[in-house]
Amino acid sequence: MNALLILIPIALVLGLFGLAAFLWSLKSGQYDDMDGAAERILLDDEDD
Amino acid sequence: MSQADFVVPGMHCAGCLRKIERGLPEILGVSAARANLSTKRVHVDFDEATLDNAALVRAFQSLGFDAAPFKAALSGGERDAEDKQLLRAMAVAGFAAANIMLLSVSVWAGLVSDMDASTREMFHWISALIAFPTLAYAGRPFFISAYKALRAGAMNMDVPISLAVVLASAASLFETIRGGPHVYFDASVSLVFFLLIGRYLDRRARSQAFEVARNLLALRSIEATRVDEDGKHHLIESDAIEPGMTLFVAPGMRVPADGVVLSGTSDMDTALLTGETVPEAVAPASHLHAGTLNLTGPLTLRVEKVGEDTLLAEIVQLMEAAEEGGGAYVRLADRLAKAYAPLVHVLAGLTLVGWLVLGPDWHVALMACVAVLIITCPCALGLAVPVVQVVGAGKLLQQGVLMRRGDALERLAQVDTVVFDKTGTLTKGAPQLVEDSSCDRASLELAAALGRHSKHPLAKAIAAKSNASASLQDIQEFPGNGIEAIHDGQRIRLGRKAWVCGDESEGHLGPELWLQMGDAPAQAFHFTDELRDDAKATIDALKAKGLDVHLLSGDRAVVAHHVGAALGIEHIHGDCRPDDKIRVLQDLKEQGRKVLMVGDGLNDAPALKTAFASISPASAADLAQASADFVFQGEALMAVPQTLSLMQKGYTLIRGNFALALGYNLLAIPLAMAGYVTPLIAALAMSSSSILVTLNAMRLKLARL
Repeated sequence: MNALLILIPIALVLGLFGLAAFLWSLKSGQYDDMDGAAERILLDDEDD
Repeated sequence: MSQADFVVPGMHCAGCLRKIERGLPEILGVSAARANLSTKRVHVDFDEATLDNAALVRAFQSLGFDAAPFKAALSGGERDAEDKQLLRAMAVAGFAAANIMLLSVSVWAGLVSDMDASTREMFHWISALIAFPTLAYAGRPFFISAYKALRAGAMNMDVPISLAVVLASAASLFETIRGGPHVYFDASVSLVFFLLIGRYLDRRARSQAFEVARNLLALRSIEATRVDEDGKHHLIESDAIEPGMTLFVAPGMRVPADGVVLSGTSDMDTALLTGETVPEAVAPASHLHAGTLNLTGPLTLRVEKVGEDTLLAEIVQLMEAAEEGGGAYVRLADRLAKAYAPLVHVLAGLTLVGWLVLGPDWHVALMACVAVLIITCPCALGLAVPVVQVVGAGKLLQQGVLMRRGDALERLAQVDTVVFDKTGTLTKGAPQLVEDSSCDRASLELAAALGRHSKHPLAKAIAAKSNASASLQDIQEFPGNGIEAIHDGQRIRLGRKAWVCGDESEGHLGPELWLQMGDAPAQAFHFTDELRDDAKATIDALKAKGLDVHLLSGDRAVVAHHVGAALGIEHIHGDCRPDDKIRVLQDLKEQGRKVLMVGDGLNDAPALKTAFASISPASAADLAQASADFVFQGEALMAVPQTLSLMQKGYTLIRGNFALALGYNLLAIPLAMAGYVTPLIAALAMSSSSILVTLNAMRLKLARL
């Protein structure tokens, strides 16, 4: 029982962390150009 | 420092991205450029003092890309926001559903083992604390839609969904407060999550089509060159064009407004409007339409219509009108909901009343009523269609066919008439030289050498036939007529018959070019737009299925009849403008027919939207693809009957799924009304019926094409 009092909040916080990460990635525009992202991986890193 | 967006339709690959993102900042005044390949737009940060939109468009052109400024204010900015809103709701619901289900499974396991009441209550409270904010946030799309439907006196699937979610949560909260063993938080939240997934996918497909239409609006030539009375040229914004103005259109520019040619001759690429690939020769007094491309010679024109009155704007308006009308199709699921929802509500009401009268106390009655609502909640019904669609879309994708809309499967399966566009759909869309005995090798080589100096598609088609070079001097292009040069001291001409040999008569059916050298007799080159290799087989396959086949073409009626006869099509309509095409489709609709439209040109876009279902090849104009329900890759037209067969099989499975889901309800409802259903049984019944429906849908994977 005591273990649950610690483990459930931990589980929820971890879940919230994932949710927050997704919402942040959505907000920062990472899903705006899925086609572009697929192509950009083919580009070499900038030399300069 | 200011910012602007540009539409760049020619951007296709990583190379293009790099070229633009590295090339633009090298220009003085541009600090950064960021390309988006999905929307085909480029965001540019630049210094207003040194650059303006026109200079940036020229910069794009120097990199090899056609570009037009994109005004975000054009309409629809709020649409992106709604898409993201839906995605956020889905993420929140997913998080909540996963965590509540984790707690519920523990409670269910605890019910048969040693979980004590206080632990169970704590789990219920945690579930409630997660569920209520989630439902208030993520459930809004359903609540709002249900509220709108009810206020309009109508019924849709969202009404029973909302009612079940709200009642189940409220009753569960009540049970939690009084410490009861059964709560339904997991059912209500996962229902919302799964339904949101389907809604988001549906929404995204529609948004893509919408974005393409917005880009098209931006592509209407944004700047124009005004010719003043003293002959001076001024650059003006296209917004400032007024009827009566005189404009100058250089070769390579798009015509900014509808009007009449005052001086100059040229060839116009009208493919954007008519879908025809052979350019139209224009001379003074010819009519020009906004959006057509000037290929060869400089023109001045007097403006007659601007902006919303032009033919191009009309096509966009026709599309919008068709889109609104197209919403008239009611999905099978929604039609079922109309009958299903009232029935469920009556049964739930009867359960409540029955238990109040006969049962021990009123919260038992309430829980039995909630159990009926939960167990009948259209989870299997909601899955019956989307799963078949997902499996069908995956199967089609393997065949190179893309399904663009959710309800396309149902609609395509019901068609009884197929209407084909000609150029680019039944035919390959590019003129090919007919190499018969009438063309001798020597003149072909000479024509090819001369044709290489012209941008005219027919000249290019000849040039592609031979690599031979010839010594040509004084090459001169006569826009609208042809091209001339001196070869071995003799004048040679390649071009229109009337211009080459002074003969005005029209002999040949299809497009042609004539070549004359010195005083020798002129030589004709004929072109045809070849039929796709399997066009005949496709038409035969469709007829064998008992479908009526029509041909609808923007080309001349004679040519349309010629092609139609070759393919064995009985119903042929030639000389069709975009609105004529819509009229033909509406006539067919009034006769009670369900029409499949197959077309590729921009001019077909409104017709594709109007038709009951539509397919377009991947070579089609962007807007046509965006309007179509299905897009097929490759040259094979056989994709049309294959897609049709698969969708018919899918439709049979959908109806089978509905039968399964209804059969499950027939079994489960009496149990729920009798009060035997606990949350565990509800969860088991819901998942087993969903699995059954999903497995049934998987049978579509086995279908042979």
